[in-house]
Order: sequence, then C-alpha cells, then structure tokens
Amino acid sequence: MTQTKSGLVETRHLLHHEPPIFEQGAAGRSGASLPTLDVPEVSASTLFGDLHRDAEPSLPEVSEVDVTRHFTRLSRWNYAIDIGMYPLGSCTMKYNPKVNERMARLPGFAGLHPAQAEQTLQGALELMYRLEQVLCEISGFARVTLQPAAGAHGELCGLMMIRAYHQSQGRFPRKVLIPDSAHGTNPASVTLNQMECVPLKTSADGLLSAETVRAAVAQHPGDIAGLMVTNPSTLGIFEEHLAEISEIIHQAGGLVYMDGANFNALLGKVRPGATGVDVMHINLHKTFTTPHGGGGPGSGPVGVVEKLIPFLPTPTVEHKDGVYHLNYNRPQSVGRLRSFFGNFGMHVRAYTYIREMGGVGLTQATEMAVLNAVYLRALLHEEFPPVSDKPSMHEYVTSDKKLKKETSVQTLDIAKRLIDYGFHPPTVYFPLVVPGALMIEPTETESKETLDQFASALLAIAKEAHSEPDRVKHAPHQTALRRLDETKAARQPRLRWMPQG
Amino acid sequence: MRYIPHTDADVAQMLRVIGAPSVESLFAHIPSTLRLNRPLEIEALDEMTLMAHLGQLGAKSSPSTGATIREGGALSFLGAGLIPHHVPVAVDMLLQRAEWYTSYTPYQPEVAQGTLQAVFEYQTLVAELFGSPVVKGQPAPFVSNASMYDGASATAEAVLMARRVTGRSLAIVCGAVHPQYLGTLRCYLDGMDSVGQASIKTVGFGSDGRVDLQSLGTLLADLGNQVACVLVQSPNYLGVLQDVAAIQALAHKVGALTVVACPEPLAFGLVKSPGSQGADIVAGEGIGLASGPSLGGPGVGLFAARSEHLRQMPGRLVGETVDQDGRRGYVLTLSTREQHIRREKATSNICTNQGLIALAFAIHLCLLGKSGFRRLAEINLAKSEYLKQRLSSLRGFKMAVSGPTFNELAVQVRGRASDAAAKLREQGIFAGVPLDQQDFELPSLPDAEKTLLIATSERHQKADLDRLVTALDEVCP
Ligand SMILES: Cc1ncc(COP(=O)(O)O)c(C=O)c1O
Repeated sequence: MTQTKSGLVETRHLLHHEPPIFEQGAAGRSGASLPTLDVPEVSASTLFGDLHRDAEPSLPEVSEVDVTRHFTRLSRWNYAIDIGMYPLGSCTMKYNPKVNERMARLPGFAGLHPAQAEQTLQGALELMYRLEQVLCEISGFARVTLQPAAGAHGELCGLMMIRAYHQSQGRFPRKVLIPDSAHGTNPASVTLNQMECVPLKTSADGLLSAETVRAAVAQHPGDIAGLMVTNPSTLGIFEEHLAEISEIIHQAGGLVYMDGANFNALLGKVRPGATGVDVMHINLHKTFTTPHGGGGPGSGPVGVVEKLIPFLPTPTVEHKDGVYHLNYNRPQSVGRLRSFFGNFGMHVRAYTYIREMGGVGLTQATEMAVLNAVYLRALLHEEFPPVSDKPSMHEYVTSDKKLKKETSVQTLDIAKRLIDYGFHPPTVYFPLVVPGALMIEPTETESKETLDQFASALLAIAKEAHSEPDRVKHAPHQTALRRLDETKAARQPRLRWMPQG
Repeated sequence: MRYIPHTDADVAQMLRVIGAPSVESLFAHIPSTLRLNRPLEIEALDEMTLMAHLGQLGAKSSPSTGATIREGGALSFLGAGLIPHHVPVAVDMLLQRAEWYTSYTPYQPEVAQGTLQAVFEYQTLVAELFGSPVVKGQPAPFVSNASMYDGASATAEAVLMARRVTGRSLAIVCGAVHPQYLGTLRCYLDGMDSVGQASIKTVGFGSDGRVDLQSLGTLLADLGNQVACVLVQSPNYLGVLQDVAAIQALAHKVGALTVVACPEPLAFGLVKSPGSQGADIVAGEGIGLASGPSLGGPGVGLFAARSEHLRQMPGRLVGETVDQDGRRGYVLTLSTREQHIRREKATSNICTNQGLIALAFAIHLCLLGKSGFRRLAEINLAKSEYLKQRLSSLRGFKMAVSGPTFNELAVQVRGRASDAAAKLREQGIFAGVPLDQQDFELPSLPDAEKTLLIATSERHQKADLDRLVTALDEVCP
C-alpha cells in the first residue's frame, strides 16, 4: 500500500492505491501448494549442463492472501458491464449471462484435451457442429468456420479464402476496396494478404454509393479481389445500396467481405449470406455475449457461401450416421490459422446464449438494441447532432462539432466528464472520418431508465461546457487517478517493472 | 426474456419520443429484398432445460485429467503443445470477478487501471521468464506485449516481425517444431508470399532430436543474406531442449534473428531462458499454466522481444506513466504501431487479444512465486525422468531421441503406437499422442507410427506413472 508522508496508509472509500506485486511480499514467502515428490529427486544441473538456469526467474514472493488481495483490489479500479452501462460503439458491450460461464466450466468442456481421440470428444464436436448450424441459420451462410480467435483473425481468414478462391481460378487480383469509415483491422488484414487497399469515400449522406464503387472498379480493371464493407457501417447506418454494390463487385470478378462487428443490428432481420455477401466474420464476443475479459479472448467465426466452402480452414466438423468427426481431407483449404480448434470456451458460451434466446429472442434483442440507439438519438440530437441524417441502427454516432464551435470543450473532455457521472464513455475518435466522433452503442440490455440517465448526463455536460468549461476540461474528478500522461508513456516507454536503483 | 428489460409501456413511451409508429418501422429503410421474412428457426430454452441440454453434451465426452482429480475422466498423458498443469482454485475464482471478465479493452485509462496494471505485471512476468536478466540501472533488455491469440499464431507473428526487422523474407525452421505451429506459419506466410510458396526452409534433427547444426550451418552459408530468421522450438515437439545459443551463433553470423517458440514455458524454471541464450523474439503458449485445456482454447499467446525491436512488435503494450497529479498509473502506449492508427501499415492486424487468460497466467505465476515456479519445474522433470527410466527398461521400448528432455517424452513402443493408445483408452488412460495421428504427425521422425508423445506433470502421482507403464507393457505385442 502507498504510504502517505505521515506514514499512514492512504485510502479512498477503502479502494487501495495498490503498488505493483513486485514491490510486495518478502523473501522466502510463497503462495504455492505443491505435492511432495513421490519419485526420486533429480539434478537438473547434471541433466541440462550448460542449459541449466542458475538463477530462478525473479517472480514475486507473496502468499495466496497477498495475491488474492492484490488482484481483488486491482479489479476494483476497473469499470465493467456488471457495474453499469458500457456504451462503447462498435463493441456491443451487452450483458454477459452468468449461465454461460457455468456451462463453459463443465468438465465435459473445460477438461477436454485437443489431442484426444475423436470418439472421446463427441459432445464437444456436436456442440461445435450445432453452433455452426445455428450461426448458418442466423447469418444465411452455407458453412461457418469457428477457428479464428477474434474479429481481426476472421478478417485474415476471410481474405485468405478470397485469395485462394481467385488463385484456384488462375487469377491473383490485388485490390480490395474499403470505405474510409472502416475499422483499422480491415486494411491491416488486407496487407497480411499481400493485397492493396483502395479507400472509398463515404458519400455526404454517410452511405457508400454505387457510383463510388463503380468508379473505383473502373480504375482497376481486372484487378478487383473484392470489397470489405461493414454493415451497418461504422456510422451506425444500414448500407442501403449494398445489393447493387455487391453486383458491381461480382461483375468485376470480386467477392464481397462483410465485417460483421455490427451484426447485433440485424439478427432475424437480414441474413447477409442470402443477400450477396460472400464472406463475413461474426464476433461471438460482441453479438453473442461472450465476455471481453478486459481485452480478450474473443472468437471470430467466419461464414461463407457455397463456392468458398473448399477453402475453409482445416479441420471442419462433419456429422455422419450419428457420429461427429473432424475432416482433414480438404486439399483446397487455406490451412490452419492457429493451433487446435479455436477459442472453444467461447463457442460453448455463445451456443448457450443462442439456445437460451432462440430465434425470437435474438430478433427481439436486435429490435431493442435499435430502439435503444434511436431513442438516445431522439433525446440527444439537438445538442449532439447525428453525423448522418440516415436512420440509426444499433448505434448512434455523433461528434463534438456543435459543442466545439460554441465552447472550448471537445470529445475527449466529454468522455472524461461522463465518468464523473458514473458512465463509461462511448467509443471516441472512431471512425476516423468523423472528426471528434462519439459512437454510442447502448445495446438491448440497457433499460429506459438507464438510457434516460445517460442522456441527462450528456446534456448536463453540454450545459457545463458553456457554464463551467474548465470543470469539463479537467475531468474526471471522481476517479482515483486523474488524466494520464500518454505522451510521457510513449516518449519514455516503461513496459515492465524494474528494480529500483 | 430476462436479458432484455423493456416493458410494453417502455417501448410505447420510447416510440412516442422517437416519433415512430412501431418498432418494425425502425427497420423500414432496409430494402425489402434484403429482409428475412420468416422467424429464425432456433428454439428457446429456459435456464433449467438449457443446463440439462449443455450438461448432456458435456457428458458425451471424456475429460482428460490427472489421476488426483479423476472423476469420470481419463488418466491423461496428452501434451503435444498443451501440457495441462494444476491451476490453483484461486486463479479461476479471481477471474470470475466481473470487474475482470466483463470489462473491455482499457481504452479509458482512468476507469481501467486494474486491467492496465495487471497487464503491466503480466508483461513483466513474461519478459522475466523469456528474456535475459535485467541489469540494475540499464534499460529493460526484453519487452513483452499484452498477449497474442495463441502460441502458434504468436510464432507466425514473430516470424513476420523478424521479416520486418531484417527486411528479408526467408524463415528457416529447425526440426522438430509442432506441426500445427508449422501449419499456422505456412498459412500466415502464404498470405505474405504466394499461396504454396511460403518462404520457409526446414532443417531436420539428429538422433538426439536436436536440430542438425551442420545442415543448418550449410543452409545458412548458402542462403545467408536472404534469411530473416531461424525458428526453433524449445522444448521441441519431441520434448527435447534445443541448444538455442549454438543456433543463435550461426544465425547471427548471417544477420538473421533467432525466434524461439515455447509451448511449455514451465521449462524455463530450470532451463536458461531463450533470451539469455541469445534469442531475439520468443513466442509461447500459456494455456497449460493459465486455465483448463478447454479443447485448446482460449489460451494465451506469449510474446517477448529484444527492446531494440520494440517498434516492430505486434499487439498492444501497456506502459507506466503518471497522472496529472504525478501519481503512478498505466496506459496503452506506442499504439502508432497498431492497426487503429497505422491501418494498412500496422505491424499486425491484431485487436482483441487473450487478455483474461493472460491475467490467469500472471496470477498463477504470482502464486507460484520465485521458489514455487522452480519447484514445480523440478517436480515435472523428476516425474518425467522417472517415467523415462521405467519405460526405457521395458522390452522393445526406447526413447525415440536421446537429447535432454523436460516433461514430455517421445517413446517408441512395441507395435503401432495408435494401437497401444486405443487399447489404453479402453482402460480409461489417454496414453499419449501417436505421432502419426492426424494433425499431430511428425513425418520427419523415423518410425513415427511406433512413437507415442507422452507428457507428465505434477498432476501425475507415481502410481499413475506405474499404471501407465504396466498397461503399456501389457497391451503392446
Ligand atoms: C468494425 C470493427 N471491425 C473489426 C473489429 C476487430 O475485431 P476484433 O477486436 O475482435 O479483432 C472491431 C472491433 O474491435 C470493429 O469494431
């Protein structure tokens, strides 16, 4: 614990300023519980010779009590969905059902080793098969791979399949059209496939227009690998021209990739695989409630239309005569993108959620997610005008444009001040095409009362921006730490704890 | 629906504020040709029925366990990239705090100091384990990132990083590397090169299971300035510790980096860290120490590299800084490497990583601590040496390779390994991975079909090891 000058422990509502674990404990202390050795001791230095590590790694010397308190205290410095609304646009921070956690920990799932023989893994293979089936039903694709570990991994996988498809036809077109509003992972995934991005400008109404796509296609005759499009877009609006755009891409020999980060807007309403999209990743850690865990793990299944099935990663799970098995005999497959079968624990959670909700429940989730976002827009649009006049779907994207004109307050200040009102800020400064963007995604699990409070907080901040701008600009005031010096962090990187001296 | 709070009255009021006649009208702008005009065909289940359904699915598989916790599961000696260890109960109990598992990536540091500090501590632990020792007053020699997806993709990213650092494209892979790691590397490099033309050359191993240094030397002399890195796994797929320093010396001569893959980080409780042996980039897998095997995922890709290559690192980094009152705090930093800023020029496309499992890995390492980590490694080594001695004394059994091992052994049995494994399965024992098993095969190993890859750990008691030995002797012809 941090000591004050008087030597006393400093606290705030019994929240401890917690020093790094490396500054705690005492030489010789341990939190380990290890079995007594029931076979002869061996000498590692004799067995390993030069390879023997003389000094043990300098890990902390603390008891289990110390460790438990340390990580419990640290946890209390985190905001979390279970504490309150977490309106990060594009992240779909909906409630993570407790039953999912319990199911993923069943020994028949958590205890399975990936090298077990197929006949001892039947329940797990059945679960993966069933999850694939329900995801196909929801998304309209012919098959889904569960292997990718997250959305970006799914993008990598999808683009690999697109590339493999073209190459199977003796072509290697290089250009991938990407709207300027896309997430950074999209262009980064393109580069990992030795292809090139062609940025497309979003129209004034916020949509991608068929003319823009047609013009881009015309500039790169014979060289269009495909289009990567997020729908609803990162402006939270439905790409109304996507059918026509898909046709243009297909005619140019390209394939259409849809970034499914915003799929929560479409469940039971639109099945992308049935409407011209060829490949799409689904984020189980967004749409299907698997927890974000402070940064991961996620899971990014990828759906494909019929003609891309041969290229799916290996293995696939097949079902024949009541038996599930792994199919490795897939000569055109892109191969494997990681070890084993993907983030299986997330598959169990997502399947549990989908089966609880059912088709009707999922559709209702989408409806209420959209209702919530549109409601917030209705409450806020005067002070925080939407960046597009098109109807919002599951998220409402606004900016600091109006407030910045009238006051000295900007997006970062609004975000930080929201913390003082008890809310996690929305996603800020993304998409990059919207200067000072504020991207608000309430999700369906927030109630009307919470939305009303959130809107009141934002409106109060807008008032404060006029009356007390300094208060907003120095927010947050209620947190244990104030604004952090990011420039210092980047200029003098300290990326691990170091002994003093 | 218990996760959706809206009452009919709420919906009506909200629609009134919006000025919309119905919820359906909020979707009216979606072209009707794109709309699904039927309900999704998925049946909804209440919690009890749901739990019964999942419980039935779970009951259709046999979990792998150590004998000490054998409850309906099999006594398992499976490893091959995932050697399960006993993870103390405290780890999962702490992970189940909602503040850990229901928080997002720490984009707003003032309300995410918990995650940020935990990642900072994780980075320290991984750098300590894999890097070279810190010298007081000197800058940190190695840095770790905030995690990658898994050991295989981390290894592929390490090779990509070496290509960026050196501006060269060829990766020389020293046998024996986990076939799934090699497969993943091929897949990633196919993306960067041409499909089927991944810039990979492999070097075999000798009768000791270690890379054939002479062939490596010849290859490096031939290809010299094209080589971005030499990739070596240690302990390797046959369980053998590689002499990373000797490999590094050869690589260094031609200006190539040394990348070390470590699917079993516990080994470095007793073995010189890859960093002290000269490695430039180290990629590993933490699942065995962090969480249950869970069919191989989610785990955590460990990733550390020499500090001088920091700007080419993939993934998130947490750095220490101060707040405006001068208090110590932590933020995500150096993000100009990352996709959300650099887009197509980013060092990687990774965004969501494996944060929660990284936290579990860190908690377990803290619990074990300096002495516990070492002792756990000693226990693993002792069990494995005992098993090695017992198996070697069986008629017709021998170690497939002779090099020093840690806690996994490639053992030649009498007859086909897969037959032996199948027979032991009937007795409730997962004896090991036959090295001709699909997706785990090592074709470069002579007599692979006779070889079982057997992993031991602290989870096995002497009686379990004896039982395995006796059972194997009985079923082999
Ligand atoms: C629109 C969009 N695309 C892609 C991604 C990347 O997904 P992931 O973080 O799962 O890799 C995200 C989210 O982070 C996103 O919001």
